[in-house]
Amino acid sequence: MTSGVGAPTRASISARTLRTDRWWLPPLLTNLGLFAFVAYATVRSFMGKWYWVEDYGYLTPFYSPCLSESCLPGSSHFGTPLPELPGWIPLGFVALPFLLGFRLTCYYYRKAYYRSVWQSPPACAVAEPHASYSGETRLPLIVQNAHRYFFYVALLVSVVNTYDAVVALTHGLGVGNLILLTNVVLLWAYTLSCHSCRHIAGGRLKHFSKHPVRYRAWTLVSKLNVHHMRLAWTTLGTLVLTDLYVMLVASGAISDLRIF
Amino acid sequence: MPYKAKFKVWRGDAESGELRDFLVEVNEGEVVLDIIHRLQATQAPDLAVRWNCKAGKCGSCSAEINGRPRLLCMTRMSTFTEEETVTVTPMRTFPVIRDLVTDVSFNYQKAREIPSFTPPADLAPGDYRMQQVDVQRSQEFRKCIECFLCQNTCHVVRDHEENKEAFSGPRFLMRAAELEFHPLDTADRVPSAQEDHGLGLCNITKCCTEVCPEHIAITDNALIPMKERVADRKYDPVVWLGSKIFRRSKT
Ligand code: SF4
Ligand code: SF4
Ligand code: FES
Ligand code: FES
Repeated sequence: MTSGVGAPTRASISARTLRTDRWWLPPLLTNLGLFAFVAYATVRSFMGKWYWVEDYGYLTPFYSPCLSESCLPGSSHFGTPLPELPGWIPLGFVALPFLLGFRLTCYYYRKAYYRSVWQSPPACAVAEPHASYSGETRLPLIVQNAHRYFFYVALLVSVVNTYDAVVALTHGLGVGNLILLTNVVLLWAYTLSCHSCRHIAGGRLKHFSKHPVRYRAWTLVSKLNVHHMRLAWTTLGTLVLTDLYVMLVASGAISDLRIF
Repeated sequence: MPYKAKFKVWRGDAESGELRDFLVEVNEGEVVLDIIHRLQATQAPDLAVRWNCKAGKCGSCSAEINGRPRLLCMTRMSTFTEEETVTVTPMRTFPVIRDLVTDVSFNYQKAREIPSFTPPADLAPGDYRMQQVDVQRSQEFRKCIECFLCQNTCHVVRDHEENKEAFSGPRFLMRAAELEFHPLDTADRVPSAQEDHGLGLCNITKCCTEVCPEHIAITDNALIPMKERVADRKYDPVVWLGSKIFRRSKT
């Protein structure tokens, strides 16, 4: 360590950090959380079944929009412009890459995986293990600057998911509907609390006083934005929960509790 | 209840140094700076420490306590158990002068590199008029006490001495943001933030925000909004085109 805290002019202290708290715990939990979600989402996306409950109109967000002729009858709320797909292509393949990109370039997730996966830095005032560092100035990380484009697509997908959840209500009301609706509301909250959204809503203005409506929008998004991290994790949770519920009902493992 | 606390304090200079053990009295209500002063008064009269206000407002007493960058005068002894050893070192990003005192001129250098407030040329100083909603974003950043704890903690320079030239650090990227958001500032701060002050090196891992004793949301309110503005100008062809067509880049 001669480049960082071990550099010649600095106070000579050999320890990488003198922190005595459990600074390694948050990055570890982040890694476990992200890994668990990625594992679950991968398995489910490629499973190709139990994504649609015909009787109640439940469609899991992982398969929405389902646009191919391979989709189960009824699950394609927007028609089937695409032909049958080989089994190894996830049926949700139209939206999934954008949703992945949206979360990968999200300012919060960046913080999370730079700290946990890449250890840069693992925690504040804990020396990182890398010899050199160029931040987000070069490829591939310079691509993070495209986050706003993923945000635009994510808005569209939120509309699609909302449509799915509302259409399901035409079949009556069950616990599944409540789960779908909760998930959609939280997805909206996560998407709208995005830092790029905050910038687009009004953050980019120099004079708020000349744009009262956008100032109001910026104020609202700013209020949500404070909770962005919490929403990022909550929506990972609700996505898994929603999908799991649809899977269990679709496979017949449990039956949906109907209210009417 | 007074008790004897175990302290480890770094003593030395640019050549060499080490952590020295001390056993020192602690009374109710004291902060770490009080204990350092007691060490000066009793066991280590030549111990160097910088301080001034003892109220968390002058930003002089920045150091690292149990490895965490903090103000000595704002860290209460009651946050430690009586058995715990309290380790105090100078900030580990700047060259050390002696004991707990470091040379923070890196920060003054970076401060000078940011062009100062640039009002419209035809506006006399007494004629500045602005609305509260327009200045409020900049005002949060004015709470800064220039303790440089954020500069010290930022891994871009803490872990990579060679980045010091290219990177101005969170404090001064925030200064660029403060002026960029200011309703009467006419200078173009965005390209220079990226090119001259190294905004692209920041990976928004938020350690600056975590250590700021003034609780300024440096990353969320200054760095990310500046990154978004850089994206507008450098990485977003649609916004770039829009600003050419509608000429609204200064709204
Ligand atoms: S958020 Fe950026 S400026 Fe702040 S400590 Fe992290 S890398 Fe440095
Ligand atoms: S921004 Fe906060 S941490 Fe940084 S110098 Fe100012 S007061 Fe200190
Ligand atoms: S979604 Fe997290 S910042 Fe945009
Ligand atoms: S002595 Fe002024 S901030 Fe600590």
